[in-house]
Amino acid sequence: MIEIEELTKRFGPYTAVAGLSLKVAKGEVLGFLGPNGAGKSTTMKMITGFLAPDAGRVRVCGHDVESDALAAQSAIGYLPEGAPAYGDMTSRQFLLFIAEIRGFKGADAKAKVAAAVAKTELEGVLDQPIETLSKGFKRRVGLAQAILHDPPVLIMDEPTDGLDPNQKHSVRTLIRGMAKEKAIIVSTHLLEEVEAICTRAVIIDRGRIVADGTPAELLARSRYHNAVTLAVPAAQRDVAIGKLKGLTSVSSVETTARDGLVEITAFPKNGALPIEDVSALAVRENWDVKELYAEAGRLDEVFRAITTHDARRKAGAA
Amino acid sequence: MKQVWPIFKREFAAYFATPLAYVFIVIFLLAMGAFTFYVGRFYDNSIADLSVFFGYHPWLYLFLVPAIAMRLWAEERRTGTMELLLTLPVPLWATVAGKYLAAWAFIAVALALTFPIWLTVNYLGDPDNGVIVASYIGSLLMAGGYLAIGACISATTSNQVIAFVVTVVVCFLFTISGAPLVLDFFRGWAPLALVTAISSFSFLTHFTAISRGVIDLRDVIFFFSLIALFLTANVVVVDLKKSG
Repeated sequence: MIEIEELTKRFGPYTAVAGLSLKVAKGEVLGFLGPNGAGKSTTMKMITGFLAPDAGRVRVCGHDVESDALAAQSAIGYLPEGAPAYGDMTSRQFLLFIAEIRGFKGADAKAKVAAAVAKTELEGVLDQPIETLSKGFKRRVGLAQAILHDPPVLIMDEPTDGLDPNQKHSVRTLIRGMAKEKAIIVSTHLLEEVEAICTRAVIIDRGRIVADGTPAELLARSRYHNAVTLAVPAAQRDVAIGKLKGLTSVSSVETTARDGLVEITAFPKNGALPIEDVSALAVRENWDVKELYAEAGRLDEVFRAITTHDARRKAGAA
Repeated sequence: MKQVWPIFKREFAAYFATPLAYVFIVIFLLAMGAFTFYVGRFYDNSIADLSVFFGYHPWLYLFLVPAIAMRLWAEERRTGTMELLLTLPVPLWATVAGKYLAAWAFIAVALALTFPIWLTVNYLGDPDNGVIVASYIGSLLMAGGYLAIGACISATTSNQVIAFVVTVVVCFLFTISGAPLVLDFFRGWAPLALVTAISSFSFLTHFTAISRGVIDLRDVIFFFSLIALFLTANVVVVDLKKSG
């Protein structure tokens, strides 16, 4: 439903997006990740037709965003960065304005507004001017505006930024609930959000895609993937490290001290699953184990590894 | 066409949702009154017409209309609502037209509220009401001209102060080019065609012509084509800004 080909955007000498290609199908929730200034928002602005690309093209539901903008924009619900809205209007007036602009009239417009309001839980603040609302409510007004016409494509720039944990949870439930019938792109800094709602994660850095896969695939790239962490009393530290290193499924060991305990992380040797070996070893040696768990991987560590390695490599080449 | 209406409605309501509308209208009316009665010595003239009143319109508009125009686009850009507005499925010309017409309608409301002076002059004497109607129409057209210039300039910046100052300067040039002072300066040496051309770009020339009571099609066409020109430029400016 969203097809991006070789999209490029320069601001003066600075290239914000460099030949980015991407396809998002119905049913996908794509998490757009990247450091600040990586080109996430710029890409979203080009998909929605707010910025014109220097090269490349974007098609939304088959409509070219540049040559057939209105058809493409009708198919998109967009939550811009910071969820801008007209502060002097009340939420109700604002949403009715959006409904009317999107071609709904009278009772139809009211029904659309009511549905969006119910989904985003805005009932309590409908008649307050938007500028008097808290950040969380403002964000939800922006969300309501984006989903009002039940668009097949949803583009959301940091939809849960500024929300409290409860609100984050309800927004994520909302997004998951809509995921089946829509193609959704969500940009975020919150890696836990990717695991919570995304079917696919794309990491971009300096305007290029540096990783693209399911959250599980990205986790598998983590060196913590399948690593085993156990906590034992500090006294057993050296023995434990020695024995763990002796296991064939373990490649290396790292430790961190924590009030009287020591946490030992055993990293797997290419693709091995050391959890069974480690737990058997602990039983055999009769260690006083306080914690023992296998890790799926750490997304923040993958993120850091990918985005900083690339930067360093580029700096080296230059 | 149907999308001009919701934009117009939203913009027009926005004036009255903030103190802007009331402050503007009060200042507009006070300034009109002050100039007409104190500076223009309306009573001392002992003539039952409103030429003194209308004579100050270009100079008042010169500062008041840019104050309305400066926020049209600059504010949208500053608050980020521009991104929302331009990603809605609305043709750009409809957005430009809706915003412009709302601002023009607002100025029309302020102008209409000067009606007591019309009543006064009718009470005091027997003015030519045809001339007064023509003058009101001319005044509104002139305000529309200033507004179109201001809207276009507002689209170029996110800074309202810059928008205001530049608009005042450009509007001033469009006003002054018909003043005797300027024309005399050129008349001494420049060919007549040039003098006429300069004078024909002046709001003063066309407004004065209309406020004599004769609505000449040429004057009306001047204002409408100037408005169309600057609104087209407005569309182009907004579109160019999309390229970053």
